[in-house]
Amino acid sequence: MYGQGIARGLLVTMKHIARSYMDDIRYAGRKYSGEGNFGTRQGMQATGSYTVQYPDEKVAVPERFRFIPFLIVEDHDHPERPGHDWCTSCGICAKVCPPQCIWIVRGRNPQTGRPVPEPDAFYIDIDICMNCGYCSEFCPFDAIKMDHDYELASYDRTSAHIFDKQKLSKEMSHWKRIAPTTALEEMQARGGWEHMDIIREKAKAERAAARARKSAPKQSS
Amino acid sequence: MMDVVADKTQLDISASIELLRERWPDAISHDNRDGFSGIIVDPAQLDDVALAIRDELGFDYLSSVTGVDYLGIADHMEVVYHACRTSGGPALVFKAQTGRDDPRVPSLVSVWPGADFQEREAYDLYGIHFDGHPDLRRILLWDGFDGHPLRKDWQEAYFEEEHKPFDSRWPGGQVYRAEEKNVFGKNVRYPDDLDLGRLNDVSESDLYQGLGLGVDVQALDSDGLRTDRLVVNLGPHHPSTHGVFRMVVTLDGETIASLDPVMGYLHRNHEKIGERNSFLHNMPFTDRLDYISSMSNNLGYALAVEQLLSQGARYSPPTYRAECLRVLMVELTRIVNHLWSLGFLLNDLGAFFTPMLYANNEREKILDFFEATSGSRLMCNYMRFAGVYRDIPERIRSVANLVNDKVRDYNTMDYLTEMVNERLPRFLDEYDTLLTRNEILRERTVGVGVLLAEDAIALSTCGPLLRASGVPYDVRRADPYSIYPELDFNIPAGKNGDIYDRFLVRFQEMRESVRILKQILPRLEQSQGEAVVTKIGHTPRVPVGEAYGRVENPKGELGYYVVSEGDPKGPQNPWRYHVRAPSFINLTALGPMCVGHKVADVVTILGSIDIVLGETDR
Repeated sequence: MYGQGIARGLLVTMKHIARSYMDDIRYAGRKYSGEGNFGTRQGMQATGSYTVQYPDEKVAVPERFRFIPFLIVEDHDHPERPGHDWCTSCGICAKVCPPQCIWIVRGRNPQTGRPVPEPDAFYIDIDICMNCGYCSEFCPFDAIKMDHDYELASYDRTSAHIFDKQKLSKEMSHWKRIAPTTALEEMQARGGWEHMDIIREKAKAERAAARARKSAPKQSS
Repeated sequence: MMDVVADKTQLDISASIELLRERWPDAISHDNRDGFSGIIVDPAQLDDVALAIRDELGFDYLSSVTGVDYLGIADHMEVVYHACRTSGGPALVFKAQTGRDDPRVPSLVSVWPGADFQEREAYDLYGIHFDGHPDLRRILLWDGFDGHPLRKDWQEAYFEEEHKPFDSRWPGGQVYRAEEKNVFGKNVRYPDDLDLGRLNDVSESDLYQGLGLGVDVQALDSDGLRTDRLVVNLGPHHPSTHGVFRMVVTLDGETIASLDPVMGYLHRNHEKIGERNSFLHNMPFTDRLDYISSMSNNLGYALAVEQLLSQGARYSPPTYRAECLRVLMVELTRIVNHLWSLGFLLNDLGAFFTPMLYANNEREKILDFFEATSGSRLMCNYMRFAGVYRDIPERIRSVANLVNDKVRDYNTMDYLTEMVNERLPRFLDEYDTLLTRNEILRERTVGVGVLLAEDAIALSTCGPLLRASGVPYDVRRADPYSIYPELDFNIPAGKNGDIYDRFLVRFQEMRESVRILKQILPRLEQSQGEAVVTKIGHTPRVPVGEAYGRVENPKGELGYYVVSEGDPKGPQNPWRYHVRAPSFINLTALGPMCVGHKVADVVTILGSIDIVLGETDR
């Protein structure tokens, strides 16, 4: 019969409308507030339509979410090297960057002029960054990571959108907070929460100490 | 006699080449360069050879036409053709070489009409003249553009170096912004003989002349009234054009007399960028082609480069789990894309946003999974050469950011299982009830925009557009890749080739994708723990050669023609990086499909092709 298809379609839309209002009743005014309501209504079981009341409400971003990179520095309350850069200015991130938005000035010892493993300056032009995540993926020192902060509006793109080292640097504890699982995996691969170089140095020192302990009794005998 | 003819269309590639070589021993030679395949045809005989390839050998489908500039290597231009059979099998590659000073090759539009836009593109970007082309104008760039940008000696305004990575970035990287050195507005070069004042007049009048205007605009209708044909510009800024896309139509009353698509408003010379990039750099750029289905774009490019890499000594193909993950992602992408395209098709028809938003609800759920796995919803950048970025996460939501979102912290496999086994089939049934038998939809779409099977093949259309015309041609079956040979699925095909059939084909394809996904889930369970991250570093040594990687993108056949010529110690970047974009080539059929219909139908016909301008304009 002509019109049957339309009628069936309208029934479907009616069902959706009803469900949306059912939600209002079910949550009794707490539709957009209250512990768990927001999440339930966005989960797999949700049936009605919903609106995320941005910026009052925000959809949580997953751990691997990638936005503008940041540089990891040691926590400011770190006992040995507070605030120290993890970056060794090896330049791999600048090489793998597809739009070439990373500029690094390699650090030099002012007395000898020899390169030292830390950057003198580090810039990212966030207008050009395409958030691909290659820099953090290929960094051998886990020193550059993708951030979760996507609210970067500013009044002047010509000056505010070039991030320098100070703006880019964030504490290691920030990375542990936004990506606990990934940070843990990386820690296991490195062998500790310290920077890879520190871990290696400590292991080397331990081995040397062990050798010294082993050889010490021999000498005395 | 009939047997012989039938046999010839079954010959494999090498036998076909031998047959052609016997016929034209002087005009055809093997392409013996290292890593290259196919034949090189003398341009003088190209017409005849192409006809024989099409009619006698049965390569009825011209997949791709593109140019390559071998400046500094062989100092000639080359036009590369990939012809396929709609019955399946790999592509026959043939090439025509011509000098760089006045590159000329006969046009093959008369043999394969689908070469039309692709030859115009090669003319636009390389300056290769195709003799006999009916309408050889620039297609992506504007008429006053100086030079042909894909030529190796052409440099862009912001030119810094031939290849990335640029030396200025490290170790002495003092930041500057490109536009400080090359101020916007002063970065355009014009040809010497260009009269800027008349620029618009000339290009526009050329366009209108091509439509037959200015020749005979007045005619007498049956009542003796003088009537005039009217030119209407649809777009470039119009919601129904799905982007910055323009259609110049000539109207006879309200009926379309002719239609000419005008594109390139979003052109960024993706291919030139790709040739400056290293091989790996290109991966996130492919996301930006068809930004609705970035996962499939990634896969096509990965396949092309893997073909090259597999010629090298140290290369191990992706693991089984990596292949499963790839298929999982591209099939989810197919559903995402078809949900999007059906929703917008209904929008174009005037079913304002209800079907769109219902479809988007499901799409969001899939994008949530993409985001949790790859880190981004649209620009996934997930595939790597011989692997993928990372395995799927254990939990789909991290515990870190769940201040107000504890309920969504799912186990990822549970999430996927629920989505594939329950949510998606349930939704597809509901969507079916909502739309498929709707009388208004049927009246607007049945018999509108008909494309016959032989026209669809001749015009090189692909994807749901081709299959709705009754040609069950799908690269997943015709030239299988990844683990598709072991998966069980059907290729839905239409009968009438109208908009309604395209709607049904897309719908069926979503159901088939769900079927594939159901087969993928147990494979993922079994292969748990297998490594998926590739050991190939960020600068793989890519052997010299050519490769054509093609995949069945949701929108059609997506092909990447990649040539590697770099010396092993030099910069590792593609010499040629060409994208055979399905949206772009499908538009060849837009004009013929629209003629005779009303203005309101043009919008729907365009919607049924399902274009994305990021890919069309590249």
